[in-house]
Amino acid sequence: MSTVAELQVGESLKVIQLKPVSRLDLIKYAGASGDFNPIHTIDEEAEKAGLPGIIAHGMWTMGNLAKLFTDYYEEGFIQDYSIRFKGMVFLNDVITLKATLKEKQENLLRFAVQAMNQHGNVVLKGEVVYRQY
Amino acid sequence: MFKDQIGKLSSKVKNAVERGAVKKFAEAIGDLHPIYVDEETGRLSRFKNNIAPPTFPRIFDYGVIEGFNLPIKGLIHGEQTFHYDRPLLVGEELFCYTKVKNYFEKKGNFGKMGFLVLENYGEDLEGKMIFSSSSTIVISEAVRKVLTR
Repeated sequence: MSTVAELQVGESLKVIQLKPVSRLDLIKYAGASGDFNPIHTIDEEAEKAGLPGIIAHGMWTMGNLAKLFTDYYEEGFIQDYSIRFKGMVFLNDVITLKATLKEKQENLLRFAVQAMNQHGNVVLKGEVVYRQY
Repeated sequence: MFKDQIGKLSSKVKNAVERGAVKKFAEAIGDLHPIYVDEETGRLSRFKNNIAPPTFPRIFDYGVIEGFNLPIKGLIHGEQTFHYDRPLLVGEELFCYTKVKNYFEKKGNFGKMGFLVLENYGEDLEGKMIFSSSSTIVISEAVRKVLTR
């Protein structure tokens, strides 16, 4: 495993592709997070809300994205994590997670982060400021 | 419609970073990393402890803001931020509370949209801020019409 410190501006952390989103994933996240908004788990409720089907919790995708950094816990931590939710994530979508180093300022590393679906659409986008020890 | 609520604070609630809750949460985001769940890994780490994933504060109880009601349905989560002084340690306790940071309306494709910004805080028992987070919630005109408060 390489280190975050070795990363050059313009390079990315190891990209992660998630397994297709399943209903069970979202039921588990609902239980673990306490977010029981039914549009994430129950088809009829999603349809009533005008959606073609249930959608993932934005926070599920945001939570997944952070794992790009987990292996590097001895080097530093996520000081700031900001996300804009751009698009919906549906059942069976295949999400790819990516973090690209944009800027280094002493011990602060600024990453552009995003989650993209199998159609190449960015569903979530933002920034991580990683503080090195 | 939430304008008169700006600046309101909730009561503080003591929350624990529970080992079981951290494990369940880590599993739900597909990140069962040993630094979150394995005691030995935690003990040998720089933190001398297990830590919680950065989006874990989602599960905390931030208390009640008097006279402030949000429906569960029909809200869109637009933006989310977290800021940390340090990672959260498994087993520690925090006082958590929330604040109505801002509310404004903007004309969009689907009529006038409302933007509600809620800021959450977590302090250690000595009152030192450990994390803050902010959520921007988008409320459509249709939902605002049926809101009763």
